[in-house]
Amino acid sequence: MSDQHTCACADAQEEELYPKLSEIVEGNRGKPENLIMVLHKAQNLFGYLPKKVQQIVAEGLGLSLSQVYGVVTFYSFFSTSPKGRNTIKVCLGTACYVRGGQQALGKVENELGIKVGGTTEDRRYSVDVVRCIGACGLAPAMLVNDDVYGRVKTTKVMEILDRYE
Amino acid sequence: MNIARSHVLISIDAGTIMAGARGVQAELVEEIKKKGLSGEVAVLETGNLGVTGMGVVLVVYPEGFYYGNVTKEDIPEFVEEQLLKGRLVKRLLLTQAPKRFIIRREKMGLTKEQPRIVLKNCGFINPESIEEYIAAGGYEAASKALTAMTPEEVIGEVKRSALAGRGGAAFPTAAKWEFARKAPGEEKFIICNADEGEPGTFKDRLILEGDPHKLLEGMLIAGYAVGASKGFIYIRGEYALSIERTEKAIADARSYGLLGNTIFDKPFGFDIEVMKGAGAYVCGEETALIESLEGHRGHPRNKPPYPVVSGLWGKPTVVNNVETLANIAEIVRNGANWFKQYGTPKCAGTKVYTILGHVATPGLIETEMGTTLRDIIYDYGGGIGDGKQFKGALVGGAAGAFLGPDMLDVQMDFVNLKEYAAALGSGAILVMNQDTSMVDMLKSVLHFFKHESCGHCAPCRLGTARLVEIVDRIADSEAKADDVDRLLAIASVMKDTSFCPLGQSLYLPVSSCLKYFREEIAGS
Amino acid sequence: MIKATINKVEIEVPEGTTILDAARKANFAIPTLCRHPDLTPGGSCGVCVVEVEGFPALRRACMTQLEKGWVVSTNTARVRNARREIVDLILSDHDADCLTCIKNGRCELQDVARVVGIKDVTNQGKNHKKAIDRSRVALVRDPNKCILCGRCITVCSDIQTVNALTLDGRGFDTSVSTVLNQGMGNSACVNCGQCTVFCPVGALYENSQTDEVWKALNDPDKHVVVQEAPAIRAQLGEEFGMEPGTIVSGKLHAALRRMRFDAVFDTNFTADLTIIEEGTEVVDAIKTGRSLPIITSCSPGWIKFMETFYPHLRGHISTAKSPQQMFGVLAKTYYPEVKGIPAEKIVSVSVMPCTAKKFEAQRPEMWSSGFQDVDYVLTTRELARMMREAGLDLKDMPDEPADDPLGEYTGAATIFGATGGVMEAALRSAYFLVTGRELENVNILPVRGMTGVKEAEVPVDGLTLKVAVAHGLGNARKLLDKISSQLAETGKSEYHFVEIMACPGGCVGGGGQPWGSTMAQRARRGEALYEEDASLPKRRSHENASVAVLYEKFLKTPNSEKAHHLLHTHYNARSKVDGKVVKED
Repeated sequence: MSDQHTCACADAQEEELYPKLSEIVEGNRGKPENLIMVLHKAQNLFGYLPKKVQQIVAEGLGLSLSQVYGVVTFYSFFSTSPKGRNTIKVCLGTACYVRGGQQALGKVENELGIKVGGTTEDRRYSVDVVRCIGACGLAPAMLVNDDVYGRVKTTKVMEILDRYE
Repeated sequence: MNIARSHVLISIDAGTIMAGARGVQAELVEEIKKKGLSGEVAVLETGNLGVTGMGVVLVVYPEGFYYGNVTKEDIPEFVEEQLLKGRLVKRLLLTQAPKRFIIRREKMGLTKEQPRIVLKNCGFINPESIEEYIAAGGYEAASKALTAMTPEEVIGEVKRSALAGRGGAAFPTAAKWEFARKAPGEEKFIICNADEGEPGTFKDRLILEGDPHKLLEGMLIAGYAVGASKGFIYIRGEYALSIERTEKAIADARSYGLLGNTIFDKPFGFDIEVMKGAGAYVCGEETALIESLEGHRGHPRNKPPYPVVSGLWGKPTVVNNVETLANIAEIVRNGANWFKQYGTPKCAGTKVYTILGHVATPGLIETEMGTTLRDIIYDYGGGIGDGKQFKGALVGGAAGAFLGPDMLDVQMDFVNLKEYAAALGSGAILVMNQDTSMVDMLKSVLHFFKHESCGHCAPCRLGTARLVEIVDRIADSEAKADDVDRLLAIASVMKDTSFCPLGQSLYLPVSSCLKYFREEIAGS
Repeated sequence: MIKATINKVEIEVPEGTTILDAARKANFAIPTLCRHPDLTPGGSCGVCVVEVEGFPALRRACMTQLEKGWVVSTNTARVRNARREIVDLILSDHDADCLTCIKNGRCELQDVARVVGIKDVTNQGKNHKKAIDRSRVALVRDPNKCILCGRCITVCSDIQTVNALTLDGRGFDTSVSTVLNQGMGNSACVNCGQCTVFCPVGALYENSQTDEVWKALNDPDKHVVVQEAPAIRAQLGEEFGMEPGTIVSGKLHAALRRMRFDAVFDTNFTADLTIIEEGTEVVDAIKTGRSLPIITSCSPGWIKFMETFYPHLRGHISTAKSPQQMFGVLAKTYYPEVKGIPAEKIVSVSVMPCTAKKFEAQRPEMWSSGFQDVDYVLTTRELARMMREAGLDLKDMPDEPADDPLGEYTGAATIFGATGGVMEAALRSAYFLVTGRELENVNILPVRGMTGVKEAEVPVDGLTLKVAVAHGLGNARKLLDKISSQLAETGKSEYHFVEIMACPGGCVGGGGQPWGSTMAQRARRGEALYEEDASLPKRRSHENASVAVLYEKFLKTPNSEKAHHLLHTHYNARSKVDGKVVKED
């Protein structure tokens, strides 16, 4: 699958999502206090929050785009760039950190050639860190999508990631 | 309900779901059916069973056997051996875990049962069933409060119980309610702070997942006492299951008339909404949380005015922690005197801790105020394990305190550990054995603060950045002569001048780490 | 009144007084950095911390109200140490290349560093290196100088309600930015420049054209003419140590001549002309039943704001160009004709209290002369810098008049610089235009002063003119929302004529004015303009003899075809997202 194909496909899919976004925004018209909830829903829909989405949300809730953008960039849940099909989250909570979470993260970054917050060119993976997910007993822990991997050794990292297309 | 000879409790919480609990549950039900045991063995879903980091956990009653790290592949053997033949599957048995409930009682000579107030139902009822909660005495307290007590009497009862906030500040809960009750204004709010963010802390999550109605009942009573008709639960965004279960609980409570416009036929209405956080530790600070609820960046507000006078939308607002509110129903139901029999004379009740790190059995515990760190680590946590020595504990997550061996026998409560009150509040106890690098620990703490600083005030925004640079230099053995002193100097100015408790609290881990481990830090 | 103790001194202050104000009353100065007297305190810097007995942490003096019996210390070792550490931390992420900074010597951070006793910067570490934002023709934003005090955002969002600037990111990586950091030129920014007036450091300033002007002045082939806005005369003196509100019109003309401008004119001349054109337009509108109100068009920040946020009101905006642009056209049409100089040799420079004028001069509509009508726009601050470079001190200048034929002015033109001034000037002439008689009392007091939205009713023969004045775009928004809903509901508004100025106080509070202008200073400057007005022999625009000559020789009549071609314009609709012109359907 070529890069172009992935992107075009993603864009085409994005276009189809706007009517759904309008529905969400319509239900919150003129309610700026619901911004964060609306952003959660919008990000669930698109996987990230492109400018156009922020614009529609701002217009609908009665906010300026800059106010929406200020909120989007404050909270680590929200992303302004598209995410990969698979999200890798390395836990850097205290217990994981002490047990080699940083090394695991370094391995992921090196192997994929991207930094935290980044997405591979083929949109296969995105990498993020998370605060403690309460899997301290399994430290260091790594999440790929909703699957948790415990006691992640650097030598095991790629073996795990290869399972996700 | 069938009368089964055996119950298998399967713990369904965020941790176990990640470890495959749903798959194990399906396989278990299927296998039981296959073996023709459906009528005899019941599989029950519960919240956290007091064990974490042990994969999928099952408990078999009436025997009380704990199994951990159970996978789908283990199920045929488990059903065959344990359920059909009554033989232990030793390789899966958690030998330490059951002790957390049994040993303690033996040690106390069975004179006094170890109390479970907050976690009373966790692991014993299906958290998704309001019927089970009611069957276990749920909403009795709310009924008592709303039908037989005035709001003032409710506040009076809570005041007599001496319940102090479990979020960290240890502020008397009744006083907070009273301020808000007396504050002028028609509209008032109850906010439950479930934006639990201290690393290693997940007690609130397990309460929400294990017994969400307990929280709702506490909020309902609080709303009645304060004169609020609306409550919000601000739940950390990562806690998907907590959000799901809490929302289901709210919907069930509404359909039972326990939330809504009139409750118990009284002219009092109360409803609750869940707000999902979006990943900002600072929103655990009450005014930042309020800003976030209003749809803004989570920058803290100046105090005064305090939220009890001017909070959400400028209205009187009570912000209580999950654990605080989870105490309310039991206090109202059983009375303040009952509550005060637990804990110390100055600090009543229990405290919920998550115990982690280098202990044999990490997990969730509830114990009386005043229990020593030693008892927590060695009784509940099963000791350090691997024949290693205790080096220290980080109590309270990143904003917590490092405690050295000399603190092992101090009774842990808010009064005795006044300067560590906030740390105690979060309830995270990370135990470190002799092999732990304190530089690494400190580094992790400071990186966390830098990542979570909101950026509003200069001392915290810049102080955290410089502290991280210093600790990184120390870790890389490139420290300058005065770097260790600078750590303390910056942290202490941050304590004095940071806008909100986030920046102020960083002094505690830095100063306590240097108090116990200065030589190690300076020497690296 | 409450009693308390500050540094062992017993004091008594009204309840609600901040520790900062109480201490000042007791003659204790507390250094501040993020605090600005006209803005709600944000408490971001922490420099003003003091010790209050009974509180574990230090308290911010700027936002803590003193309470009965408090014992406050403002200068203990603990306090001084904390302040020094904070300023040290701020400097550790600040581009402290002070000698080349536009704010050198006028910087509030420099002042604070000196006061708290910084000798060297102990904290050293990563510095943010970010690109300077030059996407906006009027303004420059240098994030490397920014100390995140938040003043610019407060003024942009709370006072001006433009919301071009926002905080981006969190923690150490927080920055003042625009959406996706795409630059102010790609935002809703209206160029009002209030951010530059409030910025305590050199992070926001005008896009300077002083080099271009020096170059033109040095070119023997060019004939460089200059105009100065009404408001300039009320505050240029402040740049040279004179009291706010000292009128310096004559000294200004003299100084400009000594800088080798070939002709020194005065924007006041075209301010009088604007009144004739705009006044005629209003009177005609009332007579012909055009939808009212007519809203003034002199303030280019307001115009872009209207195009962006209230494009549906475009039809209500006076088509008359601003005095700057009317002057620009005449300087390249009428003046060359009178003087016999080829128009292409003319370089037209304006001195404005305003950063938005830089944008206005570069609008594509502003080429009515066949050239860019105004070539360079200098702010008050830029002119002061040029004068210092030229070795001129305004205080030492003689009083000289401006040159003919674009130099004469009346008191009505001078008050253009204060909020309500255009309205007052227009009413003085409109009365004459309608009745043929002179208004007896030309002082229309209800439209003067710093109240955000002002209203007045003026009887003009059988008709009572209802007028409104708003200054500062937040105030404008309130008035415009009211007008918009009246128009939407009934098709009519209660107002006949409305004046709007983008900046609080009007042009005397413009974005190109001296750094650190407070509302009190703005008010004082406005009063000074009314004082000059009262001192002048002619106080009605239609009394300006040079304007009469202009009509006679060149324009024929007010609102004539030629006047329309040269002196009137049209407006666009703009996107709220990037401020760009939206194509009409």
